[in-house]
Order: sequence, then C-alpha cells, then structure tokens
Amino acid sequence: MTEKSSYILTGARVVDPSRGIDEIMDIGIENGKIANPSEVKGSEKIDLSGLVLAPGFIDMHVHLRQPGNTASETIRTGTMAAAAGGFTAVVAMPNTNPPADNAGSIEYIRRQSVLEAVVKVHPCGSMTKGQQGQEMSGIGTLKRAGVVAISDDGKCIQNHEIMLHVVEYSKSFNIPILDHCEDDILASHGVMHEGYWSTLLGMKGISPASEELMIARDIILARMVEWKIHIQHLSSRNSVELIRNARKEGIMVTAEVTPHHIALTDENIKHFDTNYKMNPPLRSEEDRKALIKGLKDGTITVIASDHAPHTETEKLVEFDYAPFGIIGLETSVPVCFTELYHSGDLSLSELISKYTIGPARVLGLDSGTLEEGKDADITILDIDIEHNIDASNFYSKSRNTPFDGLKVKGKAVATIVNGKFVFNTLMG
Amino acid sequence: MEGIWKKKDLLSLYDLSPEEITYILDTAEEFKKVSQRKVKKVPALRGKTVVNLFVEPSTRTRMSFELAEQRLSADIINISAETSSLKKGETLLDTAKNIEALQVDLIVIRHSAAGAPNFLAKRLKAGILNAGDGSHSHPTQALLDIFTIREKKGKIKGLNVSIVGDILHSRVARSNIWGLLKLGANVTIAGPSTLVPREFTQIGVRVCDNLRDALEGADVINLLRIQHERQQASYFPSISEYTNIFGLNKESMRYVKPDALIMHPGPINRGVELDSSIADGPQSVILEQVTNGLAIRMAALFLVAGCLKGRDTSQ
Repeated sequence: MTEKSSYILTGARVVDPSRGIDEIMDIGIENGKIANPSEVKGSEKIDLSGLVLAPGFIDMHVHLRQPGNTASETIRTGTMAAAAGGFTAVVAMPNTNPPADNAGSIEYIRRQSVLEAVVKVHPCGSMTKGQQGQEMSGIGTLKRAGVVAISDDGKCIQNHEIMLHVVEYSKSFNIPILDHCEDDILASHGVMHEGYWSTLLGMKGISPASEELMIARDIILARMVEWKIHIQHLSSRNSVELIRNARKEGIMVTAEVTPHHIALTDENIKHFDTNYKMNPPLRSEEDRKALIKGLKDGTITVIASDHAPHTETEKLVEFDYAPFGIIGLETSVPVCFTELYHSGDLSLSELISKYTIGPARVLGLDSGTLEEGKDADITILDIDIEHNIDASNFYSKSRNTPFDGLKVKGKAVATIVNGKFVFNTLMG
Repeated sequence: MEGIWKKKDLLSLYDLSPEEITYILDTAEEFKKVSQRKVKKVPALRGKTVVNLFVEPSTRTRMSFELAEQRLSADIINISAETSSLKKGETLLDTAKNIEALQVDLIVIRHSAAGAPNFLAKRLKAGILNAGDGSHSHPTQALLDIFTIREKKGKIKGLNVSIVGDILHSRVARSNIWGLLKLGANVTIAGPSTLVPREFTQIGVRVCDNLRDALEGADVINLLRIQHERQQASYFPSISEYTNIFGLNKESMRYVKPDALIMHPGPINRGVELDSSIADGPQSVILEQVTNGLAIRMAALFLVAGCLKGRDTSQ
C-alpha cells in the first residue's frame, strides 16, 4: 500500500491545529499532495480507526552530525530516527565539522539528504564564520543555498554589536534567527543547573541568569530591528516570563522547549549519570512547571528535541568531562504525550500545534497543515498505547538517552512524507 | 554491632545512616588503640591488595591512607595521574578496569571531578573508598573531624558546630555538614556570601554572613582553607580583606567560648584563616585530627574490605 500514489486515509481522528480541526474525517492523498477525498482517483482506503492523524511533525532542533562526527549519527540514521519518532521534517543544526557556514556545506547536506534522508531535511546555516561569533557568515549566500534559518547553536554570539548586525542583515534576507542564549563567562566551567542540587553535589553550576541575560539582549535587539528571533531550548522560569512579556508587546520573539526540560529536573543528576548532562541544564521543579505553563498559555509555540547524539565512549566518563546533550527524536512524542497530554496540562490540539504549525510559522515553512494542495506530510499516532521506551530498538546510531526503560503512553505508528510511508507499524 | 556495615564502598556521608557513621567511629576507636601499641601492625588486610589511585595530587590524605593500609598489612600499589596512562588519554574506567584485572580488592581514589568514585563503584567489583572528589565529598576527612569532636566533647548530638570559609568549593564542608546533621549537631556555615550557598538552609544548616554570629555559642569551629587554586573567579576582593573580615585572630577570639575546639583540615594558610598563635594554641586540635585520620582510614578500609562480594574475604 505504501507505493500507491493515490489513496484515502479513513476513520482517524484528524487533528489539524492550523485550521482548528479535530474530528473524524477522511484525508485524501494524490501524487504526494493532500487532496479532497472525493476527488482522489482509485479507491484504496487505509483504515486508521482509533488513531490520530496530524500534519507531519517538524523537529526544528536536530544535530545530524554529518559531516564530521558520523560515529554518533548520520543523515541516514538521524532521519530514520526522525521517521520512527513521527517526524516528517527536521532542521539540521550547523555545528557540524566543518560548521555549515558556507554554501558548499549546505549544498553537501542537501545532496546527501536527497541520497540518504527518509524525511525532509531543512538545513540551518551558521550565523558567524566557524561559529566563532566574530565575523558574520555569508548569510545572503546561505539563504540562496537553501537554509531555512541561521543559528550558532551550541554557542552564543557574545559581542552585542555583531549580534545586532546579524539581526539587521538577516531581516533584509527574510531569514529567521535561532539563538542559543548563554553568557559564556557566567556559564563557564558549569556542568549543571546552579541551585539546590549543584550545592549539595558540589558541582559547578550554570546560573539561569546566563540564559536570561542573553534572552533579554535578544528581545531588545528584536524590538529595535523589528525582526524575528527564535529562542532555542528555553530552560528557566524567568526566561519564560521575559518572552511572555515581550510577546505581549508585539516583539517578534518565539521560543521552543525540549521534552527533557519538560520531563526532568536537576535532581536526576544526583547519581552522576551523564545522560542527564545537557546544555542548557535540567533546572528545578519550579522551572519545569513554568515551562509547561509557557506552553499552555502560548508563550512557547514549539517543542524541539535538541537531538544531540554522542557515542557511548564520549559519554562513559566522569560527569565533568562528558559532552552536553542527549538524543530525542525517538522519545519526544512518547515523553511529551505522557507529560503534557495525558497529564491533562495540554489539549491534544494544543500539543500537536507545538509540533506542526508552531515550528512551521517560526520558519516560514509551507507545511504543518493538512490543507489541500500541500505536501502530504502526515504523522499517525496511537495516543493511548502504553509501552516502555527501549533504546536498544532505536534507529539512531547513539543511545545517550535518560529515558530508556521509562513507561510512557502514546507514540507515532506511521509517518508519511510526500504521500509515501517512511515508517509504518500498521498492518498491511 | 555485628553486621551493621554492609557497603562495599565508602563514597559519601550523604549515603550513610547515623548507625553506620557511629559504627565507623566505634571501629576507629579500636584501631586507634593499635597505633598506641609497641607493635603498630595488625593482619586484618593481609593478602588483600589496595590501589591508591590519586588522579588529583594529595599529600596528607594519601600519606594517611598509605600508612593505614600498611598498618593493616595490605599490599599496596600507588598510582598518580602524572605517572599513569591517564596522562596518555586512557579513560578513568579503562584504567580502573585494568587495575581490577590484577585482582585488586580495594581502590582508594582521589579525583578532581565530583562523582568519579560513584562512577567507578557502579561499574567495578572492587571496593571503592573516596579520598576526595572535586567539591563533592571527602568522607574520611569528615569522619576524622567528627571522631575528634566526639573524643573531646563526648558526644555530637546538640553541639553547635560552625564551619567558616569557602563552603562553595569545599568537599570537607559538604561531608561534615551531612555527618554532623545525621548525628544531631547544629551546623552553622559562615564566610563571604559568594562562597556560602544559601541553599544549605534547605537541609537545616544556619547561614551567617558575619563571623561573630558564627563564633558566639559555638562548641566547635572548623576553619576551611581558602583555596587560591580553585578561585576561578573573583568571589572575594583579596586575601587581606578575607583575613580582616573572616580570619580567626586575637580580636575575633573574644567571641569564642573558652572550651570551644578549633579545627582545620589542613594545610593551613597561617595568618590567613587563623593566626599562628591560635593554630598552635590550647584550643586547637589540628594535629590530633591528623592522628585520628589514621584510625578512621584503618576502620574504613577494614569495614569495606569485609563486604566485598564474590571474593574470598577469609584470612
């Protein structure tokens, strides 16, 4: 059935927050596009009774590690993991080796993606040359090469004048900025959230102020230049408050949160497991609750995994020496459906919007919707299935997850990109 | 008392019950007597091999552990970071697994990274004794401090113990706080506010911004070394300001009870944390702490060695 170019998905509860739809209805697919079911040629129907059908999920914060660190992930394995996690598109962060700060690198990623990727790969270019925060990359050239955004993710431009110029220059090319907000000096040598647990464990803390200061800087620049800045991986309650207030004033800032900042806190670090080491760090329970509130009230419009693969060798060291980051593509949906939907915090439509129209709007993508005529990128979910996360079954090349063995509820059961099933656990 | 100790590792006092802490102290009392005999050696660890893995340099803790191991008749191997393959890029886990492959029974580890002993304990069959990990924990130092207090004061419960100095970067402070709280002491911490985390109030510790409040009414004053080597940022203006405001000198001694104990984990910065005359004065028990350290480490090695699973622990 997966090779047919025309078919009808029937019986599913269709949830499309872009158009306020939440009802059982048929969705037609014709030549890779969403079509009116009554106009679909042929009669093949795929019964999805009891399942939820949503616009294809987008993870706008993914490290595919190719080129440069293919021991931990490749475009092939990373996009396989994305498909298995229910994602039809990912944004590939530019901190590869070498960094994606030039058209050639973007061209390489695009070409490799045509050959190897099973979901859509949207490249993101580096804001500064070599991600050094000193000289602007050729942002106009990057745009022409096909990047959907620019970011120095993993690093943050410390020099405010350079950041100002990046914002001004990006505006003229209509290209959104994704910023990893961190004051380097305040955060230096830190390995976890600065708070109760870092105090007890005697580990160097990363103050939430290191994130908040740079968010405040970005808000000021976004207002001044009247351009879009998207704040990556929000972690603290004050960060949520800063963005909430800025958005009320009409400043063009948006924000994302990761599943791990929603599900975990700094207390998890007390056993020194390096799979809880990431940047920004897991923060306190109060921060975790504030992030959920930010999702609920619309301050945060995007859930993104910050999928950061590392080999076991890299992670199996003293906590201080381990690299930051965990994988997330194959755990994002189960963790967030458990922690946000089944917990009663978010409605199904609210949660799905954070994976679909939320990121699509930030990036200006023509997706995240089931409108007729759009690419048939579709995620099919069993939102009530109970299961245990099993990292040994992951498609990702890496296993650095704190969620292995966790009991969760809900997962993607099939993923369709341009009308083709790229992941399918359904019968037939 | 038989069978109270069941742990194959000694990682931190946070992990121990009041009964376990008291059991180590009681065992150390017996071993202290051994050191007062004419023949100071017992065969308790004969046939056992202990590796002292000092990834971070140490003088007194290492010397104390080595002597304790010798007095217990253990076979000893000393490894330091400078001379080991850690220098060549071998991971800690690989180094430790190689050590274990030599049928080593106990590993005493000193490391600059918090949690390094926990990391090994989870993955090795050998018993792990933490000889200090980063700013996290230094259980034998706290045990010898508490042993010294108990010996001098006859009890721990209800005593007022003040710890003064750089609490933020101190594994000695963290271990003392847990041990003292578990045994029922009232703990106060004081020093420059940048180095005295407020979060400690959440576990029942009193935080003082000025020295006088910490000194008045204290039965024990534990002064910490101001560690120049760990100051990665400017937490206080200068050593001289520290001495003026937080140093224990003749003037601030006015607030100290005449029977209060003055302690210091060493090495002392004479004239910085405390005046020489006080370090060498009648209230100081600094050298007795060193003597007691030996008994505590003998007790710790002995108890941990008795709990190794899958090994022949018979003599």
